Amino acid sequence: METKTTVSKKEEIKKVYLESGLEVKPLYTFQDEYKILPGFKEELPGQYPFTRGIHPLMYRKRPFTIRQYAGFASPEETNERFNFLIKNGQNGLNVAFDLSTQCGLDSDDPRALGEVGRVGMAIDTLEDFEIAFNGIDLDKITVSLTINGSAIVLMAMYFALAEKRGYDLSSLRGTAQNDILKEFIGRGTWIFPVDKSVKLVVDTIEYCAKNVPKYSPVSVCGYHIRESGANPVQEMAYAFCIAKAYSDETMKRNIDIDEFASRLSFNFDIYGNLFEQIAKFRAGRRLWAKIMREEYQTKKEESCWMRMIAGGGGAGLTKEQPENNIVRSAYYALISALSGTQTMALCSYDEAFTIPTEKSAEIALRTMQIMINEMGVCDTVDPLGGSYYVETLTNEMEAAIKSEMAKVDALGGIIEGVATGRVQEAVSRQAYEREKAMQDGNILKVGVNCYKKEEEKRTVEFHPYNIEAANNQVKKLKKKRAERNNELVKQLLAIVKDDAEKNVNLMPSIIAAVKEYATVGEIIGVLKEVYGEYDEPIFF
Amino acid sequence: MKVLLAKPGLDGHDVGVKVLAHALKEAGHNVVYTGLRKSVEEIVRQATAEKPDVIGLSILSGTHQILCEKLQEEMQRLNISIPWIVGGNIPADDVEALRKTGTMEAFPTGTQIDTVVNYISNFKSQN
Repeated sequence: METKTTVSKKEEIKKVYLESGLEVKPLYTFQDEYKILPGFKEELPGQYPFTRGIHPLMYRKRPFTIRQYAGFASPEETNERFNFLIKNGQNGLNVAFDLSTQCGLDSDDPRALGEVGRVGMAIDTLEDFEIAFNGIDLDKITVSLTINGSAIVLMAMYFALAEKRGYDLSSLRGTAQNDILKEFIGRGTWIFPVDKSVKLVVDTIEYCAKNVPKYSPVSVCGYHIRESGANPVQEMAYAFCIAKAYSDETMKRNIDIDEFASRLSFNFDIYGNLFEQIAKFRAGRRLWAKIMREEYQTKKEESCWMRMIAGGGGAGLTKEQPENNIVRSAYYALISALSGTQTMALCSYDEAFTIPTEKSAEIALRTMQIMINEMGVCDTVDPLGGSYYVETLTNEMEAAIKSEMAKVDALGGIIEGVATGRVQEAVSRQAYEREKAMQDGNILKVGVNCYKKEEEKRTVEFHPYNIEAANNQVKKLKKKRAERNNELVKQLLAIVKDDAEKNVNLMPSIIAAVKEYATVGEIIGVLKEVYGEYDEPIFF
Repeated sequence: MKVLLAKPGLDGHDVGVKVLAHALKEAGHNVVYTGLRKSVEEIVRQATAEKPDVIGLSILSGTHQILCEKLQEEMQRLNISIPWIVGGNIPADDVEALRKTGTMEAFPTGTQIDTVVNYISNFKSQN
């Protein structure tokens, strides 16, 4: 029973609210946990609904995969950085592409001016992939492609590369980000109208289900939605709505949910309150399992798993006193490990400024290795399970995520909400509110609105833009265009276009075209002729 | 004041520009936003039509120098003159070179939103 206590003025304490709006009590006890979920029974990792982890032994069996985001300038230079990271103990690659590649433009396109190789590596033809992954065993190092708008082409290149190098597609592993719906909400590398964009994602899901069954064709990103201003509850809610939308569209092609659900994965963000994030992931795992089993009637256990990469936290890092970001990232890593992630990536401390140096990339890598090897985080599964606070918060977060998903349903679903711009509007309004809260000091950020230094000397080394690498990329592209069988390329591009018009799965024809060195820009170009381009609704 | 906020180039980071749009609107300014991935030519065309008092470019991919040079060229070519400011991932060392393109002011990430709003509110009296 609630009791009202009178406290003297002296004893009054400030109310605390999490970013998601949930109120935090100064103390949690046995009663809290049971009050929220009557009949609460003990949950175990590796068992439905997987709140405590998707595997029974989690890191005791194998620590999470370390997969740092890397890629810049040309495929040649990126290959060097890949080899550096692998030599230093990284066991997965997370590939960064430049904006021209992400937007489906060739390196010699006038719109790509100044962008070639700037924020990631430039890819024009399959030859570039051959160079970038030279000497890397695709069976041992799992590769994640951070690509969305032009994902179908880059995935086709990856499969073509694997086939050329003699790997069996039926056992090939890896991940593509390939979550276009979140690109409309944040990040912005959309190309085609919303419905056509979703169609392309579904093509890749269908193709992988039938031909590359171990590959994860989509990593649904709450990450960028959070970075764009969403709170942790919305991050999970929107991501689940998106994953459901892809599932629904895939099932419309008469593909059984169990044929692809286990290959859907998630990419989530970590910054802000430690306990809120941990509860977010535990709640998310439970809720996703329930959605998959109860709403989608999945039969396979793996179909209920919320597999994830969690880390990053770019929006939590600061340009002020950048070395503090090393400390922040270490906390983010701890949160990620305590949350039962499958894969971890951390931002380097200088990433708020520039492409990380080899040194800063190494510090981020070592941060995770120190945690695995020195801190005991891998010894026991879900070490915070049973904490009155964390369990209570997990329950509250689950309910909050569910009700946020209902709000999206009320907009007509996520596809409709994104197409009309309503979701973007809600997220951007929240980014503004957060900014105001930062300026008013209601959200504290060390070095930014408290513990500031008046004069700061820049200590970060800038990664210079490699104009020479960009020029060489253009030269290489022109040479390849001259060398290849252009008559054949023309025919293959015509088939891609024809398939787009016939509305059949485009993956086979795109794979055939990239094998003959059709460029990213050429393939996206013929698709634009059929689909047109997205007309962005202007909301803020 | 009428402000045209623009995203030139391929950069898709629009959190900052939208936050600024909200803040300017709340401060009573008339804000027009171009949306993502506009060419410099498109921005100048829109500016010619909208006749803003100031243009604000938001660039976070590092291409600020190239895009500002292009904007200067395009305005000169069409013989129009609208002052512009730039915000985004701009190292302090780049600001001088940016000014040479005609940029009035550069606001690197981390700048307080109020600072930009005040700059724009006082723009007429300054210039």
